[in-house]
Amino acid sequence: MTRSHEHFSFLARLLHWTMAPLILAMLFIGVGMVATVSQAHSTLIAIHKPLGIALLALVVLRACVRFRRGTPPLPDDMPAPQQVVAKLSHLALYALMTAMPLIGWAMLSAAGYPVTLFGALHLPPILPQDVRLYALLRALHTWLAFALFVTVLMHLAAALVHGLIRRDGVFSSMARGPR
Amino acid sequence: MTKPRFPQRESICVPCRLAAIGAVVLGLAGGLAYVAGWLTPARLTPPRIIDTFEANAGPHPGYRRNHAKGICVAGYFDSNGNGAMLSSAKVFAPGRTPVIGRFAIPGSNPSAPDTSVPIRSMALMFQLRDGEQWRTGMNSTPLFAVRTPGQFYQQLVAAAPDPATGKPNPAKLKAFYAANPETKPLQDWVKGHPPSSSLANAAYYSINAFRFIDGVGNNRAVRWAVAPETPYAPITDAEKNDKNFLQADLTKRLQAGPLRWHLILTVAAPSDPTDDATMQWPDDRQHIDAGTLVINRDTSQDDGACRDVNFDPTILPSGIKPSNDPLLAARSAAYALSFKRRTREEALHPDIHHPQPNGAPS
Repeated sequence: MTRSHEHFSFLARLLHWTMAPLILAMLFIGVGMVATVSQAHSTLIAIHKPLGIALLALVVLRACVRFRRGTPPLPDDMPAPQQVVAKLSHLALYALMTAMPLIGWAMLSAAGYPVTLFGALHLPPILPQDVRLYALLRALHTWLAFALFVTVLMHLAAALVHGLIRRDGVFSSMARGPR
Repeated sequence: MTKPRFPQRESICVPCRLAAIGAVVLGLAGGLAYVAGWLTPARLTPPRIIDTFEANAGPHPGYRRNHAKGICVAGYFDSNGNGAMLSSAKVFAPGRTPVIGRFAIPGSNPSAPDTSVPIRSMALMFQLRDGEQWRTGMNSTPLFAVRTPGQFYQQLVAAAPDPATGKPNPAKLKAFYAANPETKPLQDWVKGHPPSSSLANAAYYSINAFRFIDGVGNNRAVRWAVAPETPYAPITDAEKNDKNFLQADLTKRLQAGPLRWHLILTVAAPSDPTDDATMQWPDDRQHIDAGTLVINRDTSQDDGACRDVNFDPTILPSGIKPSNDPLLAARSAAYALSFKRRTREEALHPDIHHPQPNGAPS
């Protein structure tokens, strides 16, 4: 095994570290914009929609990169059940990262709202108008957002345990390239 | 070249590092809780406003939390092109734009008498050809009662029904008005302008100011109104005693032919306030007649197209933007929650708008 295989590729790392703060920001923006009647509500919504669509594009690219290049192997001394949990948590992150913007787009479509990005630029609806469907998707958008937040926190905690306590190279495989 | 895979492990304080990791995770979770308002119960949030509407009027599942009693209408807007000098929005280019609308009266009870408030509303959704939309919710008064979302909430609280009488406590309302002199201009206006005899012969006003951006980027503050072609007549004594005259009157008039309003755009002078819906702009401001709104059919709100529309006044086409009026974001946030709750009720109880054969609502 060459050392380069112990690290995520530059593109994978770039995508990870671009998306990580943006996804955290999206969760805070989404929670915040429905919890205020101040002008922040309008500002945050104007950020939330185009940023969500941008993250959808990024996660598609990232899934392709992940599919083609795979991941560096986990340390041999990591117990098998822990390795399974690590892989499942990544699967959950990818599923939620993809689902959230798609549900957001679909729910705006089902409510009959225009999916505006910037100025006159807007996306076509991906569902016919149906407010019962909207009600379901709107609830799902909230619950999956909290599921994503919890998964992200667990991912972050696990990464820090690898980086600060186990110091087994898992954290640095994403934090930096081979030296 | 066989370096050890990992640098030699110096001794570390594992509990310290675990505590640091815990602090990072808890910090983020706490931050989200703060942003969500869970740590600040005093913050004015959409749920507090909508909960107060619900508490004041009791549950009316499936209906809007305010302006609950209404009628769906539809028609179109014929633009004459004059509005294009103020805004690049395609709705102002010469031509026709389909419109879905709704007349309503303020209040959370869908079976309140038409005369329960001296104000009516008209909401419109212009469906632009390219998929853009312009939604507006207008009132039959050129002024709003309050300037800020906080005052709006205080007014709702002051209007809570007294458990003893089932009606708002006049002393509490009086105290609110005394403490908030911004409410006086609307009260004075209402005293001098008796409600009209019909939904068809009233003007409806945008309430808030907006920013209109023209084709070369000029940005002006604008309010709009729709002025009826049908001449104004005050409400009659017979109507005052009829709890539901507005819908029957509208249906009758529409059977005789379409109803028309002119869309009048009013341009602010630089000194005019754009963040205060309780203040009128002087009458001598530039007015532009941008075209004719034609309403040609009505439907019950139980199954009409307007039922599933949230008339959020911040859904605007390119060329119109919200102003700095603090009410606009609050309206958007509160309407969104009302829409979320009532569509959920519709999803859970599909027959909610279709009374059962025995007459009881399902």
